[in-house]
Amino acid sequence: MTIAPARPTADRPKTGTLVEQFELGLDAPICLTWELTYACNLECAHCLSSSGRRDPRELTTEQCEAVIDELQRMQVFYVNIGGGEPTIRPDFWHLLQYAVDHQVGVKFSTNGVRLTPERAAFLASPACNGYVDVQISLDGATAEVNDYVRGPRSYDTALTALQNLQDAGFTDAKISVVCTRQNISQLDDFKALADRFGATLRLTRLRPSGRGADVWDELHPLPEQQRELYDWLMAHGEGVLTGDSFFHLAAFGEALPGLNLCGAGRVVCLIDPVGDVYACPFAIHDNFLAGNLLADGGFQRVWQDSDLFADLRSPQTGGACAKCSFYDTCRGGCMAAKFFTGLPLDGPDPECVQGYGEAALAGERTVPAASQDHSKAAPTRNQPVMLTIGQRPDVLAPPSAPPVSACAENPLAGFTP
Amino acid sequence: MLDEAWTLSPSVALRPEPFGALAYHFGNRKLTFLKRPELVVAVRALGEHPDVRSALVAAGIPATQHAAYAEALAGLARTDMIRPRGEGVAA
Repeated sequence: MTIAPARPTADRPKTGTLVEQFELGLDAPICLTWELTYACNLECAHCLSSSGRRDPRELTTEQCEAVIDELQRMQVFYVNIGGGEPTIRPDFWHLLQYAVDHQVGVKFSTNGVRLTPERAAFLASPACNGYVDVQISLDGATAEVNDYVRGPRSYDTALTALQNLQDAGFTDAKISVVCTRQNISQLDDFKALADRFGATLRLTRLRPSGRGADVWDELHPLPEQQRELYDWLMAHGEGVLTGDSFFHLAAFGEALPGLNLCGAGRVVCLIDPVGDVYACPFAIHDNFLAGNLLADGGFQRVWQDSDLFADLRSPQTGGACAKCSFYDTCRGGCMAAKFFTGLPLDGPDPECVQGYGEAALAGERTVPAASQDHSKAAPTRNQPVMLTIGQRPDVLAPPSAPPVSACAENPLAGFTP
Repeated sequence: MLDEAWTLSPSVALRPEPFGALAYHFGNRKLTFLKRPELVVAVRALGEHPDVRSALVAAGIPATQHAAYAEALAGLARTDMIRPRGEGVAA
């Protein structure tokens, strides 16, 4: 499968910077995300994997163990486990233990729903050997902002989980925040919250992936907020994790700590619940599907032999961005963000801080249709209600005259030509 | 350092990569990159040689580069990727 015009191939140079080497790909990923299930108790408005319902083809316990065995052989030293909500798989805790026992460390993302005091105690126990990281998702420092996108009571669930972890003596949990227009002003509050629970703050970028495509226009940070975020990260960057997700902000000037490159198919990839391997966690779409580990002879075969990954590891041209003086720092930004907003992959990022993204978004583009969706067929009580209560803005309906009367039925009542 | 006996830490795994290797420390969970295949050979050889210098010689590294390699090894020592061996360590 080809996602960009064919590029010349060359023998791999022996020297070069680490970033240049990473762009050519590695024998095994450094950062592998594995979504164990599409099932989820929540229905977050911006879910990048459109999760909700379990896929009946979900890998079995034995198949998952075989994946872990293979990761151990490939020396993939840790995986980021997510979903859906991974902890609602009945074999989640077993697989966690299996991975740790096979020298594959685990960092898992959860909304906290199953992090009872007992589970928290297990995570803090020697059984996990300090080899497990827990990431609690929270997209608002207040219930009002968080529950707006993550659904009713999800703030309380997350804080209860953090409290349980702290009470059990689990140190250094992560609070994982997707930065949005609604929460950029809360960065200091998030930091204070993390400090309160002895946790580390992790900030990541909102991608227009999955259901995120439906709400991206409303949620993605405004240009001046990008600057606010950049300045905040420059001031607090060392103590805050970012998953290297803000490299598009490097075009403001100084690069942020981290790799500052798109690792898709080069140093990162995603294994989804049915064993499909995608170039990155934010690119669950047929165009970025490298293969399936059950159908194509295992994960290593897909990682090392897929045409898609070979293409992503071949030299990039920079396209329309090559002329920009900041291309060397931002490298054209995020592939998934471009793809899911209908922009060309060799052009600017939709949130290009030099302003080229806005111009590109204003031009002709077609947002690609989703190629899979596990959203719940019927909304439940956990679905977020993305409405805010406030006064009707006066500009919408300037009162020109008092109401005629409560029972004036004539459609022309009150109309004076 | 060149005259001291060193070895790869027992909690470190080396994963071969086209540019050299990736070193992962299971204890402190630090990830480091060895950017030259010669450095990987030298690091693997440390434990089998009486001192660092002879490990570098065995890895085919010319004497003129020994100082630069010693600096790279000192960097690895700072995150416990390699550590001094019990016997023959200079004070």
